[in-house]
Amino acid sequence: MNKPIVIRGATVVDPAGPVLLKAQITVDEGKILAVKEGSADSVHEDAIIIDADNLTLSPGFVDLHAHLREPGFEDKETIATGTKAGVAGGFTTLCAMPNTNPATDSAAVVEFIVQQAKKAGNSRVYPIGCVTKGRHGIELAELRELFDSGVVAFSDDGTPVWDSHIMQMALLYSREFGVPVTDHCEDLQLNQGWVVHEGWVSSRLGLPGYPSSGEESMVARNIALAELTGGQLHLAHLSTAGSVDLVRLAKARGLRVTAEVTPQHLTMSEEWVLGSETADHTQALTTGAYDSFAKVNPPLRTKKDAAALLDGLKDGTIDAIATDHAPHCQTDKEVTMQDAAVGFSVLETAFASLMGLVHKGYLDLETLIQRLTTGPVSVLGKQFAELASLNPGTPADLVIFDTNEQWIVDPDKFYSKGKNTPLQGKTMTGKVKLAMVDGKIVHNDIESGGFG
Amino acid sequence: MSTKIEAQELKEKDPMYSLGRKHVLDLDDFSSEELETIFSSADAMAEVMSRDIKKVPSLRGKIIMTLFYEPSTRTRVSFEQAGKVLSADVINLAASASSSTKGESLINTTRTLEAMGADVVVVRHPHSGAPYLMARYCDRLRVINAGDGRHAHPTQGLVDLYTVRQHLGDVSGKKVVIVGDITHSRVARSNLWGLLAMGARVTLSGPATMIPMDLLENSGTYSKNNNKGIGDIEIDTNLDRAIDSADIVMALRLQLERQELSLFPTIREYCKYWQVNETRLAKAKQNVLVMHPGPINEGIEITSAVAHGIHSRIKDQVKNGVAIRMALLQELLLPKTGDDV
Repeated sequence: MNKPIVIRGATVVDPAGPVLLKAQITVDEGKILAVKEGSADSVHEDAIIIDADNLTLSPGFVDLHAHLREPGFEDKETIATGTKAGVAGGFTTLCAMPNTNPATDSAAVVEFIVQQAKKAGNSRVYPIGCVTKGRHGIELAELRELFDSGVVAFSDDGTPVWDSHIMQMALLYSREFGVPVTDHCEDLQLNQGWVVHEGWVSSRLGLPGYPSSGEESMVARNIALAELTGGQLHLAHLSTAGSVDLVRLAKARGLRVTAEVTPQHLTMSEEWVLGSETADHTQALTTGAYDSFAKVNPPLRTKKDAAALLDGLKDGTIDAIATDHAPHCQTDKEVTMQDAAVGFSVLETAFASLMGLVHKGYLDLETLIQRLTTGPVSVLGKQFAELASLNPGTPADLVIFDTNEQWIVDPDKFYSKGKNTPLQGKTMTGKVKLAMVDGKIVHNDIESGGFG
Repeated sequence: MSTKIEAQELKEKDPMYSLGRKHVLDLDDFSSEELETIFSSADAMAEVMSRDIKKVPSLRGKIIMTLFYEPSTRTRVSFEQAGKVLSADVINLAASASSSTKGESLINTTRTLEAMGADVVVVRHPHSGAPYLMARYCDRLRVINAGDGRHAHPTQGLVDLYTVRQHLGDVSGKKVVIVGDITHSRVARSNLWGLLAMGARVTLSGPATMIPMDLLENSGTYSKNNNKGIGDIEIDTNLDRAIDSADIVMALRLQLERQELSLFPTIREYCKYWQVNETRLAKAKQNVLVMHPGPINEGIEITSAVAHGIHSRIKDQVKNGVAIRMALLQELLLPKTGDDV
């Protein structure tokens, strides 16, 4: 990739600066060389030209929360397929959750993940290390060595750090590392046997519920521990209005607390389990009810919760959008609600789901891009600022998308091995057209005619 | 096919058959007319059952399979008996004897039964919604829900409604008290939809820990206004008050292991406040009907004296179980133009 690349005609949305129209972006030697409004200088004759008229360009998206499943669950996803799905969805950086087998609780596993990601050559991958050995919640993992080997956060995701003492120690031990302890907030006593949100849908379907308080009590505990220890706390996939209020309060008090929300909790609600997002009390169930593809942890909650999450995202209470991409085999999902695995394959639908909020006027594009780029990077720390920058001299990690292109979700066409999405068959608006990592085009869906 | 089958339209209507539907998954989509169709058919079936020779040829050549993943006596046996009296071939599969223990998925089992030529599968499963999953993955096969988790038990609901109708005629405007563990009761849920469709006024009673949160908070949103009048739900955790002037009292089985989950402190306390006994029953209407879907913990949720007393219709419920299931099978499987009845 020695030839320079010139992208012409794109609208540039960069959180660091004003929106540029019809801009020209030059990439050379893997770095951003220049970003200029209007068709600028003469182009080097060897340059590869990408015609991006009517398209939008931004820094590549950074996902704080993806399950790449390797090592151990390669039937669900591999680092190669997950990162390919990532770049197809505009994510040039993925933080890989450690609930693999073996769990990412040693430098050896961290190195393996980094090697596999290099081999795949799609997105960047930063491993997240376990908080506890084997994610068992009993003893601390070797946090200092994990940090030195390159993890960007600690988490036992998939499960909470349920022992409050262990959580306290993890926050204190790691507080000078400059990376967060990310907790999956779930009070395991309050949601035993849960399948869906505790609400009218759980009542209607006769399914054990997971009340909002099951998340909020852990969010509150974690905030209290962040205050006690001065540690850096990040809260994964918030799903309730009450959690947003707690985080807002913690931030107002100046605590080192950040939070993320997923596209699904912003855009979907408990009714999706009924197979119809508009269903209400008075309607009979359809054969589409008990849609196990809509089962996720935390569960899809109420429309009010989704609205509160959006408010929190807009006012900065929530720093980042993270996918919680959770690929599964069909056989893990095509079973009863109670038996079904939790989680959605999200990477390839995230951007379009979020653009739905923009098209409805609920969110502006600039805020959306901020929460997908500099927002998550600020959670990881200043040392990662270049991942979400278009400044000359920074690595050319960028994404080009069409905000208006319509497409129909067909999981058979996913790069991800996880075909488990409740969005199958839905018409979406907004599509990622091209992604670049280190100046290398890793995904390209622009008509070949677009190349000069 | 690597992706999920698209959710289907409304429970597929099937105009070729007298009961215009393909599956029976719950009572929530039954109109009062459809219920009446089944009840009049059940009257005819009750007559068949009173004959010396209990056999009619109406479902000759039809194959009914029962697939039970949970133990059951009366439901399974009454389906088997209903099918046999109507001359269908009935094959019983106990889950322990089927491939499920070898790890075959419910979907594959459904497809296998369909491939083997079953016309209808009667399924009981410990997981709410299992019959909906089966219904999504079959083509010609019909699914009857014989109880799924906490969700629904539509044929028990039909039996209960039919029993009420026998004794009181119209249930419209009648006060029905259902007492016990509503949250975990599929019978309560199915009866609720049926009773609302028929315009009954339902009061749910029991400890607050045994009533779904949403019903505790929003019972008002469930009322149903139709040609039978207004059916609605009220919640009253005080049974002594709730039972006042009741026309029908339905006691639910207390799952004794719920005590371990702290849903109630002790059986003693449960009995003290929520047992259906003679003192409480005296506050109900004089001709009150007492019902119980069985199996009964005599002396716990209901006293022996009440269970076997003059108000009890529990035996009728069992007896009607066969007639109702005969009616349902016939109305479901027999084409409108059927000529071999």
